[in-house]
Amino acid sequence: MKIHEYQGKEIFRKYGVATPRGYPAFSVDEAVDAAKNLGGKVWVVKAQIHAGGRGKGGGVKVARSLDEVRRHASSILGMQLKTHQTGPGGQKVRRLLIEEGADIKKELYVGMVVDRGSQRVVLMASSEGGMDIEEVAASTPEKIKKVFIDPAQGLTDADADEIALGIGIPERSLGQGRAIFKALYKCFWETDASLAEINPLILTGNNEVIALDSKLNFDDNALFRHPEIAALRDHDEEDPLEIEASKYELNYISLDGNIACMVNGAGLAMATMDTIKLFGGAPANFLDVGGSATAERVTAAFKIMLSNKKVKAILVNIFGGIMKCDTIATGVVAAAREVKLSIPLVVRMKGTNEDLGKKILRDSGLPIISADNMAEAAQKVVAAVKGTAAAPAKAAKKKAVTNKKKR
Amino acid sequence: MSILIDRNTRVMTQGITGKTGQFHTQTSRAYANGKACFVAGVNPKKAGENFEGIPIFGTVKDAKAQTGANVSVIYVPPPFAAAAIEEAVEADLDVVICITAGIPVRDMIIPKHRREGKRTLLVGPNCPGVITPDEIKIGIMPGHIHKKGPVGVVSRSGTLTYEAVGQLTELGLGQSSCVGIGGDPVNGLKHLDVLRMFNDDPQTEAVIMVGEIGGSDEETAARWVKDNMKKPVVGFIAGITAPPGKRMGHAGAIISGGKGTAQEKLAVMEACGIKVTRNPAEMGRTLKSVLK
Repeated sequence: MKIHEYQGKEIFRKYGVATPRGYPAFSVDEAVDAAKNLGGKVWVVKAQIHAGGRGKGGGVKVARSLDEVRRHASSILGMQLKTHQTGPGGQKVRRLLIEEGADIKKELYVGMVVDRGSQRVVLMASSEGGMDIEEVAASTPEKIKKVFIDPAQGLTDADADEIALGIGIPERSLGQGRAIFKALYKCFWETDASLAEINPLILTGNNEVIALDSKLNFDDNALFRHPEIAALRDHDEEDPLEIEASKYELNYISLDGNIACMVNGAGLAMATMDTIKLFGGAPANFLDVGGSATAERVTAAFKIMLSNKKVKAILVNIFGGIMKCDTIATGVVAAAREVKLSIPLVVRMKGTNEDLGKKILRDSGLPIISADNMAEAAQKVVAAVKGTAAAPAKAAKKKAVTNKKKR
Repeated sequence: MSILIDRNTRVMTQGITGKTGQFHTQTSRAYANGKACFVAGVNPKKAGENFEGIPIFGTVKDAKAQTGANVSVIYVPPPFAAAAIEEAVEADLDVVICITAGIPVRDMIIPKHRREGKRTLLVGPNCPGVITPDEIKIGIMPGHIHKKGPVGVVSRSGTLTYEAVGQLTELGLGQSSCVGIGGDPVNGLKHLDVLRMFNDDPQTEAVIMVGEIGGSDEETAARWVKDNMKKPVVGFIAGITAPPGKRMGHAGAIISGGKGTAQEKLAVMEACGIKVTRNPAEMGRTLKSVLK
């Protein structure tokens, strides 16, 4: 789960990670009030969306008067902010962070994730802050310092100091650098974070070390023990279809193509998407229906897939192990009837009670296209989509059926 | 022969009284020698009771001492599963197979640390389990799709493993053992560890390795194969179409920082002499093509 920068900074402050003072604002008036409360002469108006790259997209502006705060707040609030992470449509700005201006002498980078190789938390830091850290890692890997943290000891003073000096934090600020790294690790560990990133971490003219940004992601599986963090979820920032899917314990992710797919199991779901691509189609979504797909959940899955208007056909791929094919078939037939399905549906079922499942599909009288293996299913669904693209829905169904007979 | 488990393995179920633990203990018991293999259950609150005749003990240590069980399978709910793994490791079992999905990553980092220096092997978590066809099934996989034979199977996913096994069996190719290592970022046995066992197992003649996006375990395994493996290996990686930064169901299945893409993994595997297919419907036939 992702949260906003201002929420991340509130958590940072609890753990003793130094940040600039600031307040969130949900309206222009609140933004001006926030600036008044902060005092001073320079403020930063920052768009709060979950995507990165906000500055480049015009979502971060410096203001030198309260009038300017008002102007920037009015232009940023409500804008469709486009960054390299939002997609072409951009993301609507609904919240702002008003912060005191900072005197930036040097921009650094610090990040923390779980490293699969060592199976430990890794602290990564670089003297090249403010930039795209992936680029730094690719072009000048020597500029990224890493420490793999022993869970029994936590981040030691010696390791923290080595990292601080390694990225150019001066001797006189070493205590602050050490404190920030240790606080960040404590924060990461105790909140069950999956990613913590400060880009940039700055050194001010007074040699203070401050987190100018905050990015915190959390392990969804651990949210049950952090209700205060779970409460920070901002549904406006998430795909409404993914939210709807999670209500039915369906794992759904929107993609750019036009062939919807419903599969049991994450690995098989990815493999199904790959097969569609292999035969010239494009998947519209990832959907893992899980191990216990009832008719109700299959119907919910169909509704969610079909609310994506780009979808031209559906592929269902089920390997029935514990889950029986006849149960799935009954669910698919009920779902197709309930949503009055008008686009081609290809079903591939394998495993327990396979024949019974196929019979249920056949006897339903619905124009369901059956396939015996994944490749055949993908080929049929791709052919069906090409049919619908060229002709009205009815003709497409006929064409799909013809294709089936040919094979 | 086989790897990890066989007809002589004696198993305890941690979390035997829950709905999932009950159901899968029943199906595992009904498979091959299951009746003799599944000898104990563990639940701290129900010691002295039994599940369909299987005695329940309060601790793993007791269950081991009383029944001689040397392997455990875990169906304990996610918040308590990491502690269950630790208990099994402390009791010095041979193998611990953790089926539970959705364990917080932090919980797994600590037992990983405590496992260092211990001899107990961990399979999973978030995996379908391990099966040695016609001998023993420990986990949630459908037993009937398997067949005894010369092919080793190792995979990060569940149903995609069944898909591979189903294709092999249809082609008349049986399996020596099938190991699901799970889809979590912090786990026990990796592809490499399982390949090493298949390499040493006389029954195994070839191995099919199924991976997915995220991490670099498949690459590490591929490099090891190039230098050490005496038997042919074929592979498939799921997630060519997965966009970066999106978690594809499994906690470990995510392309981040430009690393862990399917293309990159396939390229390294090919360079290391592993025959790969980009078509998951061809996993079985690809394996058949390398068998002597």
